[in-house]
Amino acid sequence: MAVEIGGIGQSVKRKEDARFIRGRGNYVDDLKLPGMLYMDIARSPYAHARIKSIDTSKALAIPGVLAVITGKDLVPLKLAWMPTLMSDKQMVLPTDTVLYQAQEVAAVVATERYIAADGVAAIEVDYEPLPVVVDPIKALQPGATIVREDREQKDNHIWHWEVGDKAGTDKAFKDADVVVKQDIYIPRIHVSSIETCGMVASFDKVEGKLTVWMTTQAPHAIRTVIALVAGHLGLSEERIRVISPDIGGGFGGKVPVYPGYVLAIGASVLTGHPVKWIEDRSENIQADSFARDYHITAELAAKKDGTMQALRVKTIADHGAFDAAANPSKYPAGLFHIITGSYPFAKSFVEVDGAYTNKPPGGIAYRCSFRVTEAAFTIERLVDVLAHEIKKDPAELRLQNFIPPQAFPYKSSLGWEYDSGNYAGALKLAMDKIGYPELRKEQIEKRKKGELMGIGISSFTEIVGAGPSKHFDILGIKMFDSCEIRVHPTGKAMVRLGVKSQGQGHETTFAQIVAEELGLPVGDIAVEEGDTDTAPYGLGTYASRSTPVAGGATAIAARKIREKAKLIAAHLLEASPDDIEWKNYKFQVKGVPAKSKTMQEIAFAAYTNHPQGMEAGLEAVDYYDPPNLTFPFGSYICVVDIDRGTGEVKIRRFVAVDDCGTIINPMIVEGQIHGGLTMGLAPALYEQINYDENGNIQGGSFMDYLLPTAMETPSWETAKTTTPSPHHPIGAKGVGESATVGAPAAIANAVVDALAHLGVRHIDIPITPWKVQQILKAKGVAE
Amino acid sequence: MAVQTAPATSAGQKLRKIKVLVNGAAHEVEVEPRTLLVHFLRENLGMTGTHIGCDTTNCGACTVLLNGRPVKSCTLFAVQADQASVATVEGLEKDGKLHPVQEGFHQEHGLQCGFCTPGMMMTAAALITANADPSELEIRQAISGNLCRCTGYVNIVKSIQYAARTQRETAGGKAQDGR
Amino acid sequence: MIPASFDYQVANDVAHAIQLLASSGGEGKVLAGGQSLIPLMKFRLAQPGFLVDINRVSGLSAIRENGELRIGALIREADLEANPIVRQRYPIIADTAAVVADPLVRNLATLGGNLAHADPANDHPATMLALRATVVVQGPNGERVIPIDEFFVDTFTTALASDEILIQIRIPKPAARSGGAYLKLERKVGDFAIAGVAAAVTLDERGWISAASIGLTNVGPTAIRAQRAEKLLFGQSADDKTLAAAGAAAAAESQPVSDLRGPADYKRDMVRVLTQRALRKAIARATGGA
Repeated sequence: MAVEIGGIGQSVKRKEDARFIRGRGNYVDDLKLPGMLYMDIARSPYAHARIKSIDTSKALAIPGVLAVITGKDLVPLKLAWMPTLMSDKQMVLPTDTVLYQAQEVAAVVATERYIAADGVAAIEVDYEPLPVVVDPIKALQPGATIVREDREQKDNHIWHWEVGDKAGTDKAFKDADVVVKQDIYIPRIHVSSIETCGMVASFDKVEGKLTVWMTTQAPHAIRTVIALVAGHLGLSEERIRVISPDIGGGFGGKVPVYPGYVLAIGASVLTGHPVKWIEDRSENIQADSFARDYHITAELAAKKDGTMQALRVKTIADHGAFDAAANPSKYPAGLFHIITGSYPFAKSFVEVDGAYTNKPPGGIAYRCSFRVTEAAFTIERLVDVLAHEIKKDPAELRLQNFIPPQAFPYKSSLGWEYDSGNYAGALKLAMDKIGYPELRKEQIEKRKKGELMGIGISSFTEIVGAGPSKHFDILGIKMFDSCEIRVHPTGKAMVRLGVKSQGQGHETTFAQIVAEELGLPVGDIAVEEGDTDTAPYGLGTYASRSTPVAGGATAIAARKIREKAKLIAAHLLEASPDDIEWKNYKFQVKGVPAKSKTMQEIAFAAYTNHPQGMEAGLEAVDYYDPPNLTFPFGSYICVVDIDRGTGEVKIRRFVAVDDCGTIINPMIVEGQIHGGLTMGLAPALYEQINYDENGNIQGGSFMDYLLPTAMETPSWETAKTTTPSPHHPIGAKGVGESATVGAPAAIANAVVDALAHLGVRHIDIPITPWKVQQILKAKGVAE
Repeated sequence: MAVQTAPATSAGQKLRKIKVLVNGAAHEVEVEPRTLLVHFLRENLGMTGTHIGCDTTNCGACTVLLNGRPVKSCTLFAVQADQASVATVEGLEKDGKLHPVQEGFHQEHGLQCGFCTPGMMMTAAALITANADPSELEIRQAISGNLCRCTGYVNIVKSIQYAARTQRETAGGKAQDGR
Repeated sequence: MIPASFDYQVANDVAHAIQLLASSGGEGKVLAGGQSLIPLMKFRLAQPGFLVDINRVSGLSAIRENGELRIGALIREADLEANPIVRQRYPIIADTAAVVADPLVRNLATLGGNLAHADPANDHPATMLALRATVVVQGPNGERVIPIDEFFVDTFTTALASDEILIQIRIPKPAARSGGAYLKLERKVGDFAIAGVAAAVTLDERGWISAASIGLTNVGPTAIRAQRAEKLLFGQSADDKTLAAAGAAAAAESQPVSDLRGPADYKRDMVRVLTQRALRKAIARATGGA
């Protein structure tokens, strides 16, 4: 019956596929409105410069160029600056100084896309270059060039944030048998979903209504932000409609409000026509929200047998020129303090200092669960450093230390209450699947012959589902989420959510939750998201929060419906509601299966034969405030072979065991893991965004920003354990980012493990062939 | 800040008339020589199934078949396709019947956000036409010019294997009937 | 990603193409595969006023072997790679075609374009150096045959005049007991080379090296003939010591610069490593192995 319903646990084929496989998706750039104009943006080649003049005359002389917007034009509209999600402010367009290379400088509006591009090429800006600061450590030193002259505080320090018991941790380190310390730099990377960012903005002067089709993961939040930021221009929230249509990948990169969006809206208001803005890939990589850029010093204190006791971490966070990271407002370093990971550290202390530099803003955009990638990488690297230091097998060291299953819910020394976990179970399964003991034997044999192979483990704990209203808000808006369900007379259902899929398959998975709860076939349940005129208010999809939060709302809304349906069933079956039970997806008189009613029969009755005194209809809405976050986890094991001539790292095998609690659709979960692993492989070996000392990006296109192809990507092997979340209505935890969080450490640990016998203890990612070959040469083992 | 008025006609650029067969239908359109084939398909013909994912000829989201061969339509001018035959994702389904590649991607969960999918499927369609039984390595090599950020490629490989198998079975069936 | 405007003409034959180029006042550029030119135009790094499309010119993509191998310049990389004559008798060329960019680009990119564009990162120049090829060009003053050693003048600069078109590449008939191989080290599939080495050898009856030629990709302003390495191999037995010496010599002859594909030292060292590996593969092919 579950199979026919397509309920929880079924690998239902995706309903949304129908349009995508036919090339009939509705992405923002597919939209064409009558009279639509095109906008393109001129950007700064300098990382820090005074704008002496902007000459727009040649651009305006091109037939078809209708307007050029510069910072000066935005000042009287109070739109030259806008607030960021972290209570900073950010320029929409500069009036006198640019602060990073590729910063927006002017917007050209034209009748055709190609003419807008010609207009941009014809804009002439006279810049006076200024000193540049790109190193956040140097930026924090006295005498450094000030990035933000607009701030009262004249330095580059944004904030200091800390958590934990500093004194207790320092003492634990003083008393420890073994202390390992490791500097870890996690470079900037860029999420680069295959669809870039864009918008079609359409302002109807007569109605005073603004409609925007936008690549956004959080349409309602955007609507409210527009109302707050542009309210003074006459935009009122009930007459703002944000439509997030089909989105070609988000991963966090489509959460921030980029200046291009504000300019497109402004251009539409100004011209009275719809305006389309679609950025090029180079613009996307060079200016839109980056991720990582954490300079970390991490220390672990342990007993000489490897029992972990204390953790101490200090981080300098490079935030670029504006603090525009999309973190929940109380957490400028996101959820970084999950960094105690899968281990019970009695004492721990973490501090992070944010710094401004002449680079683009951002920080949280690459499938990272709010800095959890940085945290997991650090702790899992550090555990391997400890293992090699005390000459203990890294798997054995982990098994020895893991928080045991009976300790849950587990309160970490940094304040999180982990809901459930079975870390040893996951690691043992991974070791079994990869044949761990045989691999260690093989490694010994290979080392005798001078061959280099390594085995790397990552046993990560994730933290998702932001979040409980007590602690979580974005710009003050609490991070609940919502679901509205309406069951029609003919037994079909319409579900609307406050979240927004960018490929995660919500039209299928959320229908499956409702199918399970209401006994309606999944094919009879339509799921809609993304239109703020119709969807209930939500905070959107990122940080793997849809299943934990909106999934909770969906189950509870469905249960509200089931409560009412029970009363209608009792009415139809002429029994007392106390004598009615929900069994095999039907309501029946207790113990009498022959006397039953299907949800379809009840739905029809809700409109045609409901009990007197009861409201007609069969619908419910729930705004779910999660009681806690959820803690998916897993163990990954990676086997690598190193080419002693070129330094290339070849991944021989990668086994991923994930535990995301209750699995709604195993096929979709597996797909999420494959994709996440690939986005963990990428920063481990291939991707990085660097700047030279003048703030010039080193490789700002796909020529040099190296996304893995099918040739670089191994054949991922996946398996699972299932440890439900005790506090979640369906026991589900969410899984979208787990693999991106856990994979980089497994790969880095494997490479270091391959070279550990030569005395290597750490290599910063991305582990390029030349980094490895340099080590091989230094150790005298290069071919 | 003033808004200028739009010109009555698209002035200045010399247009060229081209005739392109797209999914079997002939289109005669006047275009600027610099119009990229991908923009011709998406904007002039309104066929938005072919997507743009980069600006350096890397991602392959724009892949279409030109005279049967998969090419990146962002790195071709429409005028180069004059007198040529172009196949796009919109032409895969015929008379309500999905192409084996479309079936495969659906059955094997070979897509998530769907943005790379049209290009990926066109490459796959050309592959299984040229090679009825490709190995996993041959599949990965064939799609090495198509980037995907969502799927990690494992299920794309399975989708293409499914498509090849379906195509072989259909052909085998036909051969049997024909005897 | 939008090119600047340009005028455009389709050439009916080679003479027509040359005439169009000659009358373009230096603004004319040949459009063949366009897989190097169009990306440059999209960033407006190249803004030719006039494109001469030679893709309709017939007879420029044939491959014929008559003693020497004659390859039409317009041949697509994919067709070059798949050609049975090339695969069986000139596998070094198939090796090279197979690693140019990615399979989609290879359906349009041409061998002639790969040589004429003279990007030091392009793969075929090194291979053609190793094969001691000649190129045939046609211009207003008729046909010229240019030895490959004279063809690559500087970065993006060849011996072609602005009104000349490369029409054919000629490879000498392979001697008995000869073999060649091209190896490319890249950051990922589809990238330009960190370094690439083309090695061609001929062995005598003892299996010793009677001729050798080595071309290097992307470690200098143009592709480089590693002449000193070649000389070291001549008349030597193909043992590890000899190959190592050749590798070291080729590395010393390379002139790499540090960039996003790696530090110069690394590239130089990769020339050393790849030269040995390419030679081993060439030698195996020369003795009838794969």
